[in-house]
Amino acid sequence: MSACLYRDSYQRVFLCCFKDLSVNDGLETEFNGFSVPLEHSFEVDDVAKFQLRGSLVLKTGREPSVSLNQNQLSEEDRTKLKEVAAVDGLYRIRVPRVFLQADKQTEWQTDGHLTAFVRACAMVESHLSDVITLHTDVSGYLIAVSIVTFPGACRGTEVEDEVDLEVFNTTLSIMAPVNAPGPETALFIQRMEQEFEKKGKNPQEQKSFFAKYWMYIVPLVLFLMMSGAQDQSGGGGGGGGNGGGR
Amino acid sequence: MAKLILLLLKCILLCGTVYAVFEDQVGKFDWRQQYVGKVRFCHFDAHMQSSKKVLLATESNVFAALNTRTGEVLWRHVDKTGPEGNIDAFLQNGQDAVLVVGNGRFLRSWETNIGGLNWEAVLDSGSFQSACLIGQQGTVKNVAVLKKTAISLHYLSNGHQKWIENLPDSDTVDYQTVYSGGNSEVYVLGVVPHSHIAIVAFSGDDGEILQQSSVEAPWLSSIPESCQMVDQDLLICVDSTTMSLYTLDLKLQLQLNQIPLQSLELEVDPDFRPSLVSHQPNPAKQPRSEFFLQLAPDHYVLLQFNNGQLVVLRDFKPALLVSFATTGEKTVAAVMSPKNKTVAPSSQASSINLFNAETGRRLLDTTLIFTMDPNGGKPEKLNVQAFLKKDDSVGYRVMVQTKDHTLTFLQQPGRVLWTREEALSDVLTMEMVDLPLTGTQAELEGEFGKKTDGLMSMVFKRLSSQLILLQAWVAHLWKLFYDARKPRSQVKNDISMENLSRDEFNLQKMMVMVTASGKLFGIDSKTGGILWKHYLENIPSNAAFKLMVQRTTAHFPHPPQCTLLIKDKDTGLASLHVFNPIYGKMSHVSPPALPQPILQSLMLPFMDQDYAKVLLLIDDQYKVSAFPSTKYVLQQLQEMASSIFFFLVDSNQGRLSGYRLRTDLSTEQIWEVALPTETQKIVSVKGKKPNEHVHSQGRVMGDRSVLYKYLNPNLLAVVTESTDLHQERSFVGIILIDGVTGRIIHEAVQRKARGPVHVVHSENWVVYEYWSTKSRRNEFSVIELYEGMELYNSTAFSSLDRPLVPQVLQQSYIFPSSISTMEATLTEKGITSRHLLIGLPSGGILSLPKMFLDPRRPEMASEQSREENLIPYAPELMIRTEWFVNYNQTVSRVRGIYTAPSGLESTCLVVAYGLDIYHTRVYPSKQFDVLKDDYDYMLISSVLLALFFATMISKRLAEVKLLNRAWR
Repeated sequence: MSACLYRDSYQRVFLCCFKDLSVNDGLETEFNGFSVPLEHSFEVDDVAKFQLRGSLVLKTGREPSVSLNQNQLSEEDRTKLKEVAAVDGLYRIRVPRVFLQADKQTEWQTDGHLTAFVRACAMVESHLSDVITLHTDVSGYLIAVSIVTFPGACRGTEVEDEVDLEVFNTTLSIMAPVNAPGPETALFIQRMEQEFEKKGKNPQEQKSFFAKYWMYIVPLVLFLMMSGAQDQSGGGGGGGGNGGGR
Repeated sequence: MAKLILLLLKCILLCGTVYAVFEDQVGKFDWRQQYVGKVRFCHFDAHMQSSKKVLLATESNVFAALNTRTGEVLWRHVDKTGPEGNIDAFLQNGQDAVLVVGNGRFLRSWETNIGGLNWEAVLDSGSFQSACLIGQQGTVKNVAVLKKTAISLHYLSNGHQKWIENLPDSDTVDYQTVYSGGNSEVYVLGVVPHSHIAIVAFSGDDGEILQQSSVEAPWLSSIPESCQMVDQDLLICVDSTTMSLYTLDLKLQLQLNQIPLQSLELEVDPDFRPSLVSHQPNPAKQPRSEFFLQLAPDHYVLLQFNNGQLVVLRDFKPALLVSFATTGEKTVAAVMSPKNKTVAPSSQASSINLFNAETGRRLLDTTLIFTMDPNGGKPEKLNVQAFLKKDDSVGYRVMVQTKDHTLTFLQQPGRVLWTREEALSDVLTMEMVDLPLTGTQAELEGEFGKKTDGLMSMVFKRLSSQLILLQAWVAHLWKLFYDARKPRSQVKNDISMENLSRDEFNLQKMMVMVTASGKLFGIDSKTGGILWKHYLENIPSNAAFKLMVQRTTAHFPHPPQCTLLIKDKDTGLASLHVFNPIYGKMSHVSPPALPQPILQSLMLPFMDQDYAKVLLLIDDQYKVSAFPSTKYVLQQLQEMASSIFFFLVDSNQGRLSGYRLRTDLSTEQIWEVALPTETQKIVSVKGKKPNEHVHSQGRVMGDRSVLYKYLNPNLLAVVTESTDLHQERSFVGIILIDGVTGRIIHEAVQRKARGPVHVVHSENWVVYEYWSTKSRRNEFSVIELYEGMELYNSTAFSSLDRPLVPQVLQQSYIFPSSISTMEATLTEKGITSRHLLIGLPSGGILSLPKMFLDPRRPEMASEQSREENLIPYAPELMIRTEWFVNYNQTVSRVRGIYTAPSGLESTCLVVAYGLDIYHTRVYPSKQFDVLKDDYDYMLISSVLLALFFATMISKRLAEVKLLNRAWR
């Protein structure tokens, strides 16, 4: 890319990836990745004119990661950004649509761009601290880019352009879709079994009333039946039986 | 067993609330209307003279019998939707009705008295062409089904196949009709377009080919369109290019006999395709020798074959519709003709007369006046039920089908017995609008709206309006007293336009329904009565509708206003229909002409000076037009332009893009998200309801801290489905995206899942349902978004200033049934807990508490989760029968559920529509703000009184005691 020509003036910025990448020039050649331009636009008349802001170095593979090389804002751009912020214009960024799983970096095709915006005043007031997130889909296509500044509000505070508007303080990340959970039957069954086992440890409680005391109930019933039969034949035995039953 | 008991105990413990209706509440707060759809075939049950039944087979794949006295459905059979359940043919013989269903897949015989199935036969596959009853010696015993390549004969008694024969030369000949004239021969007629007619005669007994021949007919392309059978096995065809009738005797099969229409002194209207109407009263006998020839849209001629000669019996001009009917031995022809052309065409009346079919003479005293509804469509079909009166003369009733799918049943001299609005079987969208205040209330209300004009006049005005109120109250009391003396059944609860007014708790509303036929209805939600209807003509068949309420009834004296956006799905061209939702009248506000295809419409929350919300329409040039577009509105738009954002979805290209309005009403693209169409396609994009209120900003946790909800009103739930439908690789994607900034808030993918996906998006949660291909079951998943323990900016929400990503919680459940549609309840202030209303294919409407779909349901119940009322996680959601809000009132083919808040916080109004319409009220947290029906007023007042007296007495006693003590 043409972006590589500006390598010397690049400034390394804060990186935030899934993998901690302590990148230095020697390691960069081992990247199984490619770089795509990150462009930005901020115009007073709000007609987008995208210019190069830096280049994103994308590492493809199972765990895609990204790092960013970007320029300082020039004097001219700083004043323009402040002017745009004054009229509540927009600060836009865009990246080309690329396929991260491609093996060779030449394979990526740019059929359009993904754009996002933030209010220019928020960019100024946050001292160029922005959070850029790249979103991919399941198969590794880049589907969206988003930018927010931190803090995000516009309060109209004065900003010194020499000190605060020179260097981008970018937090960059790449997000793949999370796998939505399915119904957790296994855990539930496990829990149910545990409870069942807990119950099973003292089988006394499990048994019903009849099962527990059958040895008392059955003789009693038998005795009562016997005594009832005796009642019909003769009264004396019945009285004795009743007394024994109590 | 122990598991079961445990579960049961849990259920009892955790949800002691019961949501069922009591027996005496049945039908009190709910109603159901059953429909059959647009009628395709119609037969009057004629096997008994006193029969009160009409049998209908409809385009909605419904077979039903209506009571001709009341128009009510006697019985109804709802088949599968789509071509599988399509009714191809309907033949009637005595008590049996024979249907061919699903492109000739099934042959079914129904018993028409009770609607029971006699038998069903599965036929060989093959595209269905025609069917007819085969009679022999005066009785009908068989039914013939003609397919593309074969003909089969079945017994009427049990459906068994008598014989099946392949048709000769079926690859070249297009067999179209089967015919039997009462003898045992079965004729199959086919055509080689622009060449010849092929005739094959089969023996009805064994299927042997008796005769096979072809006759030159280079002008013929379709037999059913231009030919009919009349008299003794005579085929008669009409051709518009040669302006002649052709006859062919199927027995002799020599050649076509050409009869130029000029020889009969008849002339065909230019650009009109003439057609024939014949009549075969009994399939076991030959058809009548009389037939109608249509020469122009309003010109019919009754012709007769008399000993081989064609005779013109009578010329009918103008005539709109004709029909034959037979009763006993008499056959009559009914002709509908416009009554007088001087009256405005919108409220045209037509007269229907009977004519003797044999002579063409008009029968005396048979005129019937049919007055067309000015808000309805033109008559389309005439179905005549003829009967013999006591003096042996012919009486009749007619059922008129009109273009707006209405059935009107009339008897002489024009009395409408009933009408059925079958357009309501296909409701596409609806809105509920508050009813206006009564005149007196409005008067009082209007008083505050006016400018002050002096103290005295204000006082006077107030007094006078109070007087009017008093008067109305006295009148109301008097009416109550008067009605109380009458027996309950006589008290009429008819709602008419005059006494239409809002009730105390705003439970009665106007339901504005838009149907696929282009007819709009205004239905009273309390009774289900149709208060107004309006038929929009020239609606494209594939139109998409969007109904919007621009002004509610709250802005007296401005009338409420609804706008219907009608968009042709193919061209994108749209038009607006602006009307008053209470009276159905077209508004005097003229909608703007829309020459460009419309991409998106947007209702803005701000209003013009007449309190109408502003509607923005974005055309394919990304230019925005406003309606109403007064100077005031345009000025407001200019001021607010930088805060008006909208999004467009192009599902073909997988592109979502956001736009911002500019002050000159053009737009600029500000964000773009593109999903690769090779892997997934966007199936639905759901925002939140604009009229939704959320009462609590957060949830109180077990430890008394608050978990704040992420309440982004601009959040969109985008659902995608994979293009790869292999069960291992298919997935359902769900992307939560901010509609203003285009920022993806959350992106999840449900693997090994497939659609159809139903989504509900509300408050801080999204619930979706999908089919799990791995486990082969339906599953629900719920996503909830929380800001965390602290709010970022508690005063206002702005999508432009929310840098933090919310916490996302998700949980999934198994659901034991597939679902048709899903919606969430909606209440006035959002205090009441939410339920999901789920329309099941079985016809039930399930009210599932949202509590069960909560990703914070813990694995194990802990002290804190119990404090929070969280139910321990169970993977299966059970369907409990008491959750069905429509108890036994099955709603067939639910397509949509509409929810609206009422004036009572506890109550949500629900309308389920599909083939049927069902309205009810639901109380998700029970009726906490209403006293029960059986509330014991007597007890509470007597207790109060007793307490009052007790205090009086004890006070007195205490006084006496004090006095006594003082004396001591």
